[in-house]
Amino acid sequence: MKKLLFFLKKYRKESILSPLLKMLEALTDLAVPLLVAMIVDDGVAAGDRAVVIRTGLLMVAAALAGLLLAVIAQYFAARASAGAAAQMRHDLFAKIQSLSFTELDRTGTATLITRMTSDVNQVQNGINMGLRLLLRSPFIVFGALIMALLIDVPSALVFALAIPLLGLVVFTIILSTMPLYRGVQHKLDAVLGRTRQNLSGVRVLRAFCKEEEESEQFILSNKDLMRAQKFVGAISAILNPATYLILNLAIVALVWRGAVRIDSGDLSQGQLIALYNYMLQILVELIKLANLIILLSRSGACMKRIGAVLDMRSSLMVKGNAVPEKAEGRVEFEHVSLRYSGAGADSLQNISLSCGAGEHFGIIGATGSGKTSLVQLIPRFYDCTEGCVRVDGVDVRDMDPTFLRGLVGYVPQKAVLFSGSVRENLLWGNPDATDEELWQALRAAQAEEVILNKPGGLDEPVEQDGRNFSGGQRQRLCIARALVGSPRILILDDSSSALDYATDAALRAALRSLPWHPTVFIVSQRISSLRGADRIIVLEEGLCAGQGTHDELLKDCEIYREIDQIQTEGGPVHAS
Amino acid sequence: MRRENLKENLSVLKGIWKYVVRHRLLVILSFVLAAAGSVLMLLIPKLVGEAIDGAVAAGQVDFEAIMPILLEIALLSAGIALSVWLLNICNNHVVYQVLLEIRTDAFRHIQKLPLSYLDTKPGGDIVSRIISDADQFSEGLLLGFTQLFSGVVTIVATIVFMFLLSPVLALVVVVLTPLSWVTAHFIAKRTYGYFSEQSAIRGEQTALISEMIGGQKIVQAFRHEEQSQKAFDEVNGRLCKASLRATFLSSMVNPSTRCINAIVFAAVALAGGLSVISAPASFTVGSLAAFLSYASQYTKPFNEISGVIAELQNAIACAKRLLELIAQPPMEPDSPDALALNDAKGQVDFDNVSFSYLPEQRLIEDLDLHVSAGQRVAIVGPTGSGKTTLMNLLMRFYETREGEIRVDGHPVRSVTRPSLRSSFGMVLQETWIKNATVRENIALGNPDATTEQIEQAAKEAHADGFIRRLPQGYDTVLGDDEGGLSQGQKQLLCIARVFLCLPPMLILDEATSSIDARTELKIGQAFAKLMKGRTSFIVAHRLSTVREADMILVMKEGHVVEIGTHEQLIAMKGFYYSLHQSQFDIV
Repeated sequence: MKKLLFFLKKYRKESILSPLLKMLEALTDLAVPLLVAMIVDDGVAAGDRAVVIRTGLLMVAAALAGLLLAVIAQYFAARASAGAAAQMRHDLFAKIQSLSFTELDRTGTATLITRMTSDVNQVQNGINMGLRLLLRSPFIVFGALIMALLIDVPSALVFALAIPLLGLVVFTIILSTMPLYRGVQHKLDAVLGRTRQNLSGVRVLRAFCKEEEESEQFILSNKDLMRAQKFVGAISAILNPATYLILNLAIVALVWRGAVRIDSGDLSQGQLIALYNYMLQILVELIKLANLIILLSRSGACMKRIGAVLDMRSSLMVKGNAVPEKAEGRVEFEHVSLRYSGAGADSLQNISLSCGAGEHFGIIGATGSGKTSLVQLIPRFYDCTEGCVRVDGVDVRDMDPTFLRGLVGYVPQKAVLFSGSVRENLLWGNPDATDEELWQALRAAQAEEVILNKPGGLDEPVEQDGRNFSGGQRQRLCIARALVGSPRILILDDSSSALDYATDAALRAALRSLPWHPTVFIVSQRISSLRGADRIIVLEEGLCAGQGTHDELLKDCEIYREIDQIQTEGGPVHAS
Repeated sequence: MRRENLKENLSVLKGIWKYVVRHRLLVILSFVLAAAGSVLMLLIPKLVGEAIDGAVAAGQVDFEAIMPILLEIALLSAGIALSVWLLNICNNHVVYQVLLEIRTDAFRHIQKLPLSYLDTKPGGDIVSRIISDADQFSEGLLLGFTQLFSGVVTIVATIVFMFLLSPVLALVVVVLTPLSWVTAHFIAKRTYGYFSEQSAIRGEQTALISEMIGGQKIVQAFRHEEQSQKAFDEVNGRLCKASLRATFLSSMVNPSTRCINAIVFAAVALAGGLSVISAPASFTVGSLAAFLSYASQYTKPFNEISGVIAELQNAIACAKRLLELIAQPPMEPDSPDALALNDAKGQVDFDNVSFSYLPEQRLIEDLDLHVSAGQRVAIVGPTGSGKTTLMNLLMRFYETREGEIRVDGHPVRSVTRPSLRSSFGMVLQETWIKNATVRENIALGNPDATTEQIEQAAKEAHADGFIRRLPQGYDTVLGDDEGGLSQGQKQLLCIARVFLCLPPMLILDEATSSIDARTELKIGQAFAKLMKGRTSFIVAHRLSTVREADMILVMKEGHVVEIGTHEQLIAMKGFYYSLHQSQFDIV
């Protein structure tokens, strides 16, 4: 709630005026039965045509005034809700950009996207409807009661009984079906899950002849869903008849009581009609109010989820400002261990290594052995839990993070490109790079030919996820993107896996002859990619199983020897 | 064009009718209740008016006349409430029953659809037909049942009642009310444009969000946060404006129609008041009260019906997609005298087999292949060369266009599909894990397996170790995200399934592609044991596996270009030789 007010602060005028205007509009609604009473009592009973006509025109004027008030009120509500939603999205996006990888991993991309899209939309809708109806509906209900009291207190007692009774029925039914509808949604999700699984596993299921069994399970969940639907349907079905009955019984009581009061001369016929009309107004508004409460409680849940994201704090709390005297690209790990938050075991354990400026460092190991974790510590995507990582002699935790990330060129395992043009993607590495520099980077990344063959050249569009480029092309473009910034330290995280051997070899040669001689970390599963490295570390389940040059490892490291054997003797036969 | 549309809609309605008619008794009851309820409901304002007429002024109240009227109102309302409740229950029952039946039919039908259909449809499409289309269809149907018919009855009856009360006033109402309808329609049409603008920008923004948040790590690695925030804010600003327009305009429908209805109401009050003065005998104050209540209720079903019609159109469109799925031609069922293949020896013959996915695209042509029982056949070739196609034909996921495949001398078409498929143990590159426990997943092909057998199979597939490390071991439920299993671990589970079944023939399609080299080496030994004495078809890329095969099929662009043993193929110096060579020159 506090969060919501914060976002509405910029729209204080709109948020206050809109409900007030809606209340004024409600007044024009409430005036109608009174005006009808005037027509009956002062016009018809007295036989005065002028009064009838004047009052009739007054009713038209009230209708037009109501429209005018409503237009302004709706505009303010729309403005406040659209503006607050835009502000929310802006703040969420900015917050997400400031989160560290640990929070991003924990929260997950899908969740964050939902928060920014459907949750914000729901809140926007809630604000809009809330501003419009939250005051108006109760105002009409209580306004009708007050008007009735003003007309005739004894007759209004019927209202005092009918309103709580109607309210009780409406709210009990609508609010009690709410969780039931959620249950129906869960059951529908179960049916959806079964269908999706059945389709994705169609080959396996048919191979194991499971069609009949699957159908039976589907029918079970489907019947489960139907029972839930019928149950909630049966409860909802009570709402209309029950309120209808209560309302009509109230009208019966009202007419009876009114007749008695008319007989004693305390009430006129026109006033009885007015009371009757007020009674009819109440029910509609009560139902609107109950529905509004459902909407608001849903929006409230969404707002809470949005607030949770906004309250997140980056776990990379310590932000240093040190800058090394000379950026050369030296990297040292000293007894480094890493345990991801929430994980049961260390992903890296007691790793020490040292890599001089301009050296090429290879990292090899099975899937899940910690290769990626190791290199991600260098640009401080994560903080190590023990030990320390130093770049050019400075602990990365003490270093200015922007400076550090500018020092490191990172090529991810999954080649991610962004929609836009090739040029726009490459400029990520260095926004000020000239075309010549871009071409140089492409050349070194063995991607020059790829772009030369595209009709648009550097302006060739890149579709979302870069799907108009093949896997190998994407990898080379990602390498080029990292090279554009001439980083002191280049990290290739298994980023040439889709390249054929010849291209891979040419890439390695090109990296050796880069004019600024960066330090290069190469993660790979292929020994052939690492053979030429100055030093190689072999990882096995987070532990260092050996370190040295290719020849040293062949001699001393059993695991390395084993991998080498498999890869040279039982190497792949087909190209992909 | 319109006529065709109508025809199509008619055929859809016919399809829906087939389901609805099964509950015809309830449907008839529902119509009767709706008609009776709507008409009786309209009697109430008239009765209230009559009661009010009985109370003119002080001392002139006819209690003896009012009393029975009020009693009548009370009894009538109770009756109406009961019938409305019954009506709702009735409709719920029919609609949800129809929904259940149509969904079940659709699901059962999918099990019979050929893979040639399923493979060409994106999975999400079929799922959305069974789930959201069916859902929207049922909602439309329910609304149609509850509101359309009773709405029409109410409108007709209201007009009749109003004309009975006062023809002149009735005319005023009938002429004026379409105004509110027209206004609502007019606004809705404009709003539609703004709403599509809003959803277009929303789509653009969602794409940007998922791109930037999906690639957030890269954004941060390249210190690109500021630029992406700028791009985001630009779209966000446009969205805010479009959203304001759409929200505002759409929120005008209610006040405008309310205003017009209020004007109609005023006109009735004015004209009614004047006619009571001029002819108090034929038009009483009570009639005016009744009339006003008709006039205020009369427009409601109009607005409802226009909403219902839009819903119904949507429902028909959804039903069409659903019925389309059910109408898809299924696979040819196994003939009744089809043979059940038990304990196959494993002799497999391809005789002049031709096959292609698309008629205009030739794929496998005149393939002759004879595999004796227990032989090991390796299939190699570049990606997309049709290795998987052979597996599809062996399992009869697809049927040959020409020629015949025989197992133990029986043409596969004359063998029942279940018995043919159970004769093969299959592990695919794409792993599929059921939303169930690890144990159930392994026992997929052999639900009666004992705990020991399941654990033995897992051990042989080298899956036992990681399964025991899972939170609940063998009873861990693998959810939609497969409980965080790696691709390689999933593959091991799929391999364990086959170890549990021990079928006479094996199909291994890149079964170990995601498993790291050292684990693969260990599984390889287990596989070697498994393949002994079993006819095996292996798509693989490890040379050691390929070299030991009794027969190697070399595929290229859908064709089998070479067949032979490793030595023969190397000696041929053909495509296999060049594949082999190109890999090892550089290394």
